[in-house]
Amino acid sequence: MDSNSVVSWPRLPENMDSFGLTQEHSEEVHVLAVDDSLVDRKVIERLLKILACKVTAVDSGLRALQLLGLLDEQKMPSETIVGLKVDLIITDYCMPEMTGYDLLKKIKESSTFKETPVVIMSSENVMPRIDRCLEEGAEDFIVKPVKLSDVKRLKDYMTTREVKGESQDREGNNYKRKLIDTSDVSPSSPPCISSSTLPSSPSLVDSTIRRLKMTSTE
Amino acid sequence: MNKIWLSSGVLNSQLAKTGLPLWMLGLGADLLWADMNRLLAFLFHQGVLDEQFLQLQQLQDEASPNFVSEVLNIYFHESEKLLTNLRGLLMEREYKKMEIHLNQLMGSSSSIGAKRVTNVCVAFRAATHHTNRAGCLHALEMLEHEYCYLKNKLHELFQIEQQRALVAGVRYPEQNQNQ
Repeated sequence: MDSNSVVSWPRLPENMDSFGLTQEHSEEVHVLAVDDSLVDRKVIERLLKILACKVTAVDSGLRALQLLGLLDEQKMPSETIVGLKVDLIITDYCMPEMTGYDLLKKIKESSTFKETPVVIMSSENVMPRIDRCLEEGAEDFIVKPVKLSDVKRLKDYMTTREVKGESQDREGNNYKRKLIDTSDVSPSSPPCISSSTLPSSPSLVDSTIRRLKMTSTE
Repeated sequence: MNKIWLSSGVLNSQLAKTGLPLWMLGLGADLLWADMNRLLAFLFHQGVLDEQFLQLQQLQDEASPNFVSEVLNIYFHESEKLLTNLRGLLMEREYKKMEIHLNQLMGSSSSIGAKRVTNVCVAFRAATHHTNRAGCLHALEMLEHEYCYLKNKLHELFQIEQQRALVAGVRYPEQNQNQ
């Protein structure tokens, strides 16, 4: 056993658990994950794959914009990747060259992807940063380290968007309909985050974000 | 009994290294399992690891059977580069660049549940904000120490797990004939 590897298990190819997932599966949620840390990319990729999402993981905002066809030199329609379907973009905040916030802005400025939900991840529990991202149109903000419960919450959110797209006048699911309605409300005015009665202690950030989600499901 | 002898022929060289006589292998698997849990409990109690490490374990299954060791190998490789760079940057008094490296190390450490390493990174980062060279030097030494300790303990954990898997494989040869 060499000193740099933990264990000498037989190495499996990285994409072994993604066989069977093809682009023809249009019902499958496709997530674009952006993080400069390889460790975090591996973790987020695994978390999403466990929830049966198709994942494309890139290491920078620039690479993400390139994939989405949003880089300035790609503005010509013929250079856009035809049929690229991205249902969710999840990005780290702290990245060299282009932060997650800058990436968020570029996505929200585009005509093609401005409706695509963008989620920001950060290891820093900083209220102003969270507010800034939500005001810029981020759907959610996850404090790292990312857990399965965080990603599950996003997946539920993705499902409701798909339901909205496919069946506009279905009457059954009031719960899901309510989620969709409140998610259309401008994220800059959620009642509890900007409420002055909440102390701005960093330790309350987690419960604040969760509370936003809870009140929108009443 | 015959089945055990047949399948163990292939594994004989590895079995010899565990030092366990064949008849004890059934007991061996349970003892090793207990050892592993004892070490894990110790590491949690000492605050070396936190629940994020357990989250990693939960992400490992038949579809991704080596997930934990793959992630940890990447972590070790990246961390060692970062630590080497940090020492160089400290000599050059490059506090801003050190902060960037520390953010990276902090992020990946917290993602694998390395709580003590993460905490030292936080303290180290504070020292860079004050451009406190002595404080940074001390923090770097602590960081290197904590990282080495973590790596050694995780190696130990995986060695026990590897032995346990080998031994469990011999105990139930019918299930492992296709390996």
